[in-house]
Amino acid sequence: MNKIVTKKVLNPTVTQMEIEAPLVANKAKPGQFIILRVDSEGERIPLTVAGTDKERGTVKIIFQVVGATTELLNSKNEGDYIENFAGPLGVPTHTDGIKKVCIVGGGVGCAIAMPVAEEFHRLGAEVTSIIGFRNKDLLILEDEFKACSDRLVVMTDDGSYAREGNVTVPLKEMLDAGEKFDMIITIGPLVMMKFVTLAAKPYGVPVTVSMNPIMIDGTGMCGGCRITLVRDGERITKFACVDGPDFNGYEIDFDEAISRSRMYFEYERRAHEETCNLLRQA
Amino acid sequence: MAIIPKKNDIPTQDAKVRAHNFKEVALGYTEEIALAEADRCLNCKNQPCVAGCPVNIRIPDFINKIKEHNFEGAYQVISESSSLPAVCGRVCPQESQCESKCTLGIKFEPVGIGRLERFVADWHNANDTAEVTPVENNGHMVAVVGSGPSGLTCAGDLAKKGYKVTVFEALHTAGGVLVYGIPEFRLPKAIVAKEVETLKKLGVEVETDVIIGKTLTIDELFDMGFEAVFIGSGAGLPNFMNIPGESYKGVYSANEFLTRSNLMKAYNADPKTPIMKGGKVAVVGGGNVAMDAARTALRLGADKVYIVYRRSMEELPARREEVEHAEEEGIEFRLLCNPTEILGYNNPEDPRDPKNGFVTGISCVKMELGEPDASGRRRPVAVEGSEFTLDVDTVVMSIGTSPNPLIKSTTKGLEVNKRGGIIVNEDGLTSRDNVYAGGDAVTGAATVISAMGAGKVAAKAIDEALCPENANKENVYTFAAAEEQKTGTASN
Repeated sequence: MNKIVTKKVLNPTVTQMEIEAPLVANKAKPGQFIILRVDSEGERIPLTVAGTDKERGTVKIIFQVVGATTELLNSKNEGDYIENFAGPLGVPTHTDGIKKVCIVGGGVGCAIAMPVAEEFHRLGAEVTSIIGFRNKDLLILEDEFKACSDRLVVMTDDGSYAREGNVTVPLKEMLDAGEKFDMIITIGPLVMMKFVTLAAKPYGVPVTVSMNPIMIDGTGMCGGCRITLVRDGERITKFACVDGPDFNGYEIDFDEAISRSRMYFEYERRAHEETCNLLRQA
Repeated sequence: MAIIPKKNDIPTQDAKVRAHNFKEVALGYTEEIALAEADRCLNCKNQPCVAGCPVNIRIPDFINKIKEHNFEGAYQVISESSSLPAVCGRVCPQESQCESKCTLGIKFEPVGIGRLERFVADWHNANDTAEVTPVENNGHMVAVVGSGPSGLTCAGDLAKKGYKVTVFEALHTAGGVLVYGIPEFRLPKAIVAKEVETLKKLGVEVETDVIIGKTLTIDELFDMGFEAVFIGSGAGLPNFMNIPGESYKGVYSANEFLTRSNLMKAYNADPKTPIMKGGKVAVVGGGNVAMDAARTALRLGADKVYIVYRRSMEELPARREEVEHAEEEGIEFRLLCNPTEILGYNNPEDPRDPKNGFVTGISCVKMELGEPDASGRRRPVAVEGSEFTLDVDTVVMSIGTSPNPLIKSTTKGLEVNKRGGIIVNEDGLTSRDNVYAGGDAVTGAATVISAMGAGKVAAKAIDEALCPENANKENVYTFAAAEEQKTGTASN
């Protein structure tokens, strides 16, 4: 059992929590994730670590309410306990030799991108952050990004805040203007990461993407999180939980990953509706 | 008294009924049947069955106790050698172990040793009232990584000798493959839970949600004061065939399919963890895991389940009883068939068609058996022009696993073989001082009993390393046991 130490609503669908988990807090590095279960009957879901406080022994998670489990988690409050919290899992984001980095985050993916940006900032790299949201109401973590970025560009799809358009627009402008990044790290919806990768390709800048496929154990046992890399024409199966979650964007078969991410779409939609109804009645 | 040529049948749920529920298939011997089966044992002098058991249970001795109606005594004989009798009586491949060596089996069917073991263990669990209490602490701390058969055994043996043992389990429930892999209808989870409870009563601490290699490293365990570590972390990542279509929605590894159903209880009417149910299912592979997956699919409501295996029935590695049960339940065996491609739905007109990317079938080619390969089994060779397609909605790949890289990658100096299995000596000792390993993490996918045996060997070696004075005691015990065995045989 792990205690919810703090809870903060970041926007109508995104919540931040700090969970008491000293062993995980002690180890977790940017780019890694945890697996949690809300209650003893619940499913296991992976969430990326959004920060740690080693002294308080807490791990920060930021999640979007997208399904039954995140809805249930969101119904918990400070002082409540969640059943299981295990990690840190996955390989931390590689930072070696990167002096100038562009972090491209989309939506709730910004929660994962933020600690990565902070880490590069801490290591003394020059950090450019581009963060995008559907609209002003969904904007999160602007101040946090400001604090760790040498340059920050905020985008909204509908122009209701900052600049209108998607994240690839300023990225292309920068690349066109001759910016030389050692690495572009993109974290967000699969479709966005696909287009960031496509946008960067003509300029030959390396792209790292953070994959978040469906998982169960997260420890390298079930194989549900497999993704396909295409390397020199050869298709290679990798497991996001132990080989990732970061991968070379140019190698990812995005269309396959997008298709696989929708395997339980219908089931999840129904389960979410049922949970909403239950919570409403409660 | 004339010898009864056939084993006494074990009462089972009717095949038509059990194909739709997750309750245990075999119901176990009654006292009456157990006594009748025990009477079939010839109590032969050379006791070949004992050598056929990976942990050398003194089989004729426990059967004699059954004959004497001393069921608790029988249990005590088994538990000298085995930590998980109720488990092994259910999942051991007896036909290739103890029962394959049975003298009676030369002319007739062998004694149903597994069924008797199960009877004895179940009798003990139902009737035993003795309170389990911790043994006096000997001041030594041992960490066990993984709570599957090897870890539970190693932990139990050491706790009985007074060691302070902590078991670290990565998942949220203890039991390893016994809970995530083997289905309820073959091994009820209550049995595993009871074994774990017994260990806790012995003073073993079980820490779930701790991933050794990630949450804590092996080196940190030593820093925390543990003097020896046993790694029983299990088999690891599932293998795929690397044929086209394995990423379509509806293709599972057996590990994933079974974990969803068993550990995550997707077999419940209203599960929190989804699983694809119903339709037609093809399970690729011929091991116990493949049988478990096929029969699970059937119980989840599949209309049709195929086992697709590239060799013939003779080479099929699954336990004979599971194959028979699967056949009775209506699983269709497509033997000498090898998948070449998994087919999926693609609507070129509508890329947003929700059916896109879901499995529609599996293409296979017929095989024939050629010359024996390195494993001694005849190598299957594709028959040209024999391609055919099975229409299915779900494909479960059950073709083995590769060792998990988590511990290896964070433990300096831990040597592994070219397949990734941890290298150990005959005592289970790895290339690192005081680090032992056993079970699938060493051998790759194998049986529960062999993992248990490895846990026992390592526990003994750890005991001798940490308390050298016990090495002699062990010898005295073995000698005494041998003496007792001799007298026992002579008096009959």
